[in-house]
Amino acid sequence: MSTHTHELIRLTAAEMAAKLCAGEITSVALTQAHLDRIAAVDGGERGINAFLHVATEEALRTAAEVDAIRAGGGAEAEALHPLAGVPIAVKDLIVTEGQPTTAGSKMLDGWMSPYDATVVTKLRAAKLPILGKTNLDEFAMGSSTEHSAYGETRNPWDVTRIPGGSGGGSAAAVAAFEAPLALGTDTGGSIRQPGAMTGTVGGKPTYGAVSRYGAIAMASSLDQIGPVARTTEDAALLHELIAGHDPKDSTSLTGEVPALAEIVRGADVAGLRVGVIKQLQGEGYQEGVLARFHEALDVLRAAGAEIVEVDCPSFDYALGAYYLIMPSEASSNLAKFDGVRYGTRVLPEDGALTIERVMGSTRAAGFGDEVKRRIILGTYALSAGYYDAYYGSAQKVRTLIQQDFDAAFEKADVLISPTSPTVAFPLGENDDDPLAMYLNDVATIPANLAGIPGLSVPGGLSEGLPVGIQFLAPIREDARVYRAGAALEKLLTKDAEPLWAQAPELAETSEAAAHPAGK
Amino acid sequence: MSEISRADVEHLAKLAHISMTEQELQKMAQELAVIVDSVATVSEAVSGDIHATSHPLPLTNVFREDEVGHVFTAEQSLLNAPDAEAGRFKVPAILDEE
Amino acid sequence: MTDTLTDASPLSFEEALEKFDPVLGFEVHVELNTKTKMFSSAPNAFGDEPNTNVNEVCLGLPGTLPVVNGKAVEYAVKLGLALNCEIAEYCRFARKQYFYPDTPKNWQTSQYDEPIAFDGYLDIELDDGEIFRVEIERAHMEEDAGKLTHAGTSGRIQGADYSLVDYNRSGIPLVEIVTKPIVGAGARAPELARAYVSAVRDIVKGLDISDAKMERGNVRCDANVSMMPKGTTTFGTRSETKNVNSLRAVEHAVSFEMRRHAGVLAAGGTIVQETRHWQEGTRTTSSGRPKSDADDYRYFPEPDLVPIVTTAAWVEELRSQLPEPPADRKRRLLAAWGFSEQEFRDVVAAGLLDEIDETVAAGVSPSVARKWWMGEISRLANARDLEPAALGVEPATISALNALIEEGRINDKIARQVLEHVVAGEGTPEEIVTARGLEVVSDDSGALTAAVEKAMAENPDVVEKIAAGKLKAIGALIGPVMKETRGQADAGKVREIVLAKLGIEG
Repeated sequence: MSTHTHELIRLTAAEMAAKLCAGEITSVALTQAHLDRIAAVDGGERGINAFLHVATEEALRTAAEVDAIRAGGGAEAEALHPLAGVPIAVKDLIVTEGQPTTAGSKMLDGWMSPYDATVVTKLRAAKLPILGKTNLDEFAMGSSTEHSAYGETRNPWDVTRIPGGSGGGSAAAVAAFEAPLALGTDTGGSIRQPGAMTGTVGGKPTYGAVSRYGAIAMASSLDQIGPVARTTEDAALLHELIAGHDPKDSTSLTGEVPALAEIVRGADVAGLRVGVIKQLQGEGYQEGVLARFHEALDVLRAAGAEIVEVDCPSFDYALGAYYLIMPSEASSNLAKFDGVRYGTRVLPEDGALTIERVMGSTRAAGFGDEVKRRIILGTYALSAGYYDAYYGSAQKVRTLIQQDFDAAFEKADVLISPTSPTVAFPLGENDDDPLAMYLNDVATIPANLAGIPGLSVPGGLSEGLPVGIQFLAPIREDARVYRAGAALEKLLTKDAEPLWAQAPELAETSEAAAHPAGK
Repeated sequence: MSEISRADVEHLAKLAHISMTEQELQKMAQELAVIVDSVATVSEAVSGDIHATSHPLPLTNVFREDEVGHVFTAEQSLLNAPDAEAGRFKVPAILDEE
Repeated sequence: MTDTLTDASPLSFEEALEKFDPVLGFEVHVELNTKTKMFSSAPNAFGDEPNTNVNEVCLGLPGTLPVVNGKAVEYAVKLGLALNCEIAEYCRFARKQYFYPDTPKNWQTSQYDEPIAFDGYLDIELDDGEIFRVEIERAHMEEDAGKLTHAGTSGRIQGADYSLVDYNRSGIPLVEIVTKPIVGAGARAPELARAYVSAVRDIVKGLDISDAKMERGNVRCDANVSMMPKGTTTFGTRSETKNVNSLRAVEHAVSFEMRRHAGVLAAGGTIVQETRHWQEGTRTTSSGRPKSDADDYRYFPEPDLVPIVTTAAWVEELRSQLPEPPADRKRRLLAAWGFSEQEFRDVVAAGLLDEIDETVAAGVSPSVARKWWMGEISRLANARDLEPAALGVEPATISALNALIEEGRINDKIARQVLEHVVAGEGTPEEIVTARGLEVVSDDSGALTAAVEKAMAENPDVVEKIAAGKLKAIGALIGPVMKETRGQADAGKVREIVLAKLGIEG
């Protein structure tokens, strides 16, 4: 890889945008640099495997379009979106015309959506070259990306470890400089937790702030699409681009999208009341994680923030409520995958060929174990006689969680916690223990249950692995998490390199070069 | 209530239309029993007079105008169909009528 | 296999009612005539090429989301008001989950424990004027499923090798109206059944929220029947007969089920709780699939849609838009048309109120309109085993026929012939009369006079009687003249000619 490529890919998206605007670089060169990087580090046995599909031609075509418009000058060039020409990767749970969408599952192997997700339409309108689709736990069910039907993704900080999940692909791609920006989805932490694991920024907008149209549904009342980036400014720019009311999504919010990038640039914490959630620290949290967390609190305090403690007792039930609500809604959302209209159809090996049996064998072959577990669990929780005790009760816990957040936000402007109880663990460690895997989400889940916005920013290293710090704010107050997150980012990088710049060099193995990820 | 047996899983797998071998049924029952045990505690946390929240946001009355939008051609509809005939999706014999 | 008897010969209707009291229940599905579907903006249209009135939402593609058709909600509220229901201040949609190839998401978006309208009633007027109040449990909104066709010799599902699915119908807005159990109808149960469905049809047609053509499936009826031993109050096991798609079929299906239940119960057997199918050919029901109250649909509130909140102001606004209730309209028309009460009731019972109203609007007098619809059109319809309204006769056709008669160009008998040809699709009355040369013989060609002369010559004794003053005897000449003119003589004109020839003033 040339030095030039090496430098280009390490710029922030904001810096790339500035250079594109100033004519210092072309989008084609920028996009090609990223495609080269993907070819160098993504494939092969020890490659990152962040990408399930690389859209070389389409991305370069968009890049060339942008360059042409810029070169032409005039009103059209003026009208270009600030991020035009900056490449981006999209989690393979979000549908894209012209690129396959697999949801990390055999069920949708090779499936080509005939329509674009609303957020993708926005990316295309703003002319961001879409580099490709990133890996994920199958149907977003997981916290490590180990449940993808297309192989695991590796953490660029240590390729023997998980990058987090379900959106490990997007986070790893950004951490490994394969893309400056990516889109993810967050149902219980699937953007924020990988952000923490890979030393990147991951945001979950207020529920309804970003259209869900075109995001393959997992848990409809919890899912949100959000930004993945290396800096809070980059995340803010992307958030502004994708947010906004969508008439095709009935749960979509109306109202203006706040000027988040501006807020990031002016961010400080003087006078900000920061609430530490009692239930989201202590037992189950690694020492190193807690150490970085307390350092973050110290830094904030020194900069003028008021640190208070808030007590949210219902959070002890959040994990239970989540693992009832989410599988219930997901079991319903995944019923449409039956081999009738699209996707895989697998015939039973023997016996009568009836549609019931074909559905049964298709779903048996198309879904992985974790997905089946959650479908069965969800079916159970909704079934007659169990609804009240399970799904019904979980929805009540949701009310309690909202009430606890409401009370907490009386005392604090933002809440803070470690994003995840642990740093990235080794691949294969939690294979036999689904319950242990679920515990990864304990700090991120409450925000999804309440619909409030959350942002994870890098908070330093523990044993050489990134630790994430999570900020939470009331519904529609996304600006607050960006303000607090950006302020902390500034404070932590005052005298030190940003964390993303400290990521270890990835070996450009001949293997990786010989087996590029251009699937 | 937090026991989930192999027979339960068999019934649920039928409802969910996922074929499972005997081995899979047993393994699933074991795994789920552990999970169900831990999530069942939520029913203790709530009493009768807490209302359920099915949406994080108090949106209501979201409607659209009764105006025709885009449609697919038959080709587009059937583009990804595993099997089709005469402009329709083709499925093997249906046993149970609705 | 159990030892329990579940099948036996049906009793006669009289015997059945001697021993048992029927309890009825109806689920009527009304297809709304909005421009677009319930949750997607694909067209709500009939009869187009398969899978062309769909988009990604109604195919249930991954990532798609529903958006509620506001017009459909309005229509549902209006229907609820017309059924004297309370309108829910707050209600939601729910997912009813089951796997079936005609259901693209493998759930139907419906309403479960929060219907938009509930606790209403309809006063049904039976043929003899007796009024029976049917209580309405609820009316709720839901979406229709796609259409399955089965490949196999019978076209039926059993034994088919494969099936084909067309999703054009998938997602079309439906309102399902559910009655409370209907008790005490006794022998009038079949009649009540027909009258109830007819009344619902009248209402939705009057509201202009549905095309209301049962033969097109715009209004579908599932009839639930059970029988309990006379004098008891515990309801028996019920059976449900699905998709009964004409008024006469509703009446016959209820009657048959009453007799069938009675037969089984009288023989000491038990009724299987099941879904049955109406067989028009044999006028019986056949066994379908066992209906289990334990069908687990795993209902839960639809998370992709938000609740509906109705305000009193909005409901009143919709109420003010309701047209004249059918009962009021009937009273008005009865007075305007001048029929006897029995004549009017017969018209209503035949389901021809609208047709006659439209025909009157097309310029025909009420009594003539009634004569056509209750007479010839009904006769033709019965012969084809159709409802008169389903025969396809337009009010304009009646108006045209009537005009031809009044002009003297055809007589009544010819007009009836012409009607048959119209129904056969040969064109308008004018076109048919011309093409087939059916015009009454006028005397321009002298043919009529010649025919009269011939008849007079061949029937001298009749002529004598006429000449002697027995003018009624002219009738005996009409036959021969008609024969001679192949029916195309105007009787009045014949009479004129005869009288003129005999020099008599008539």
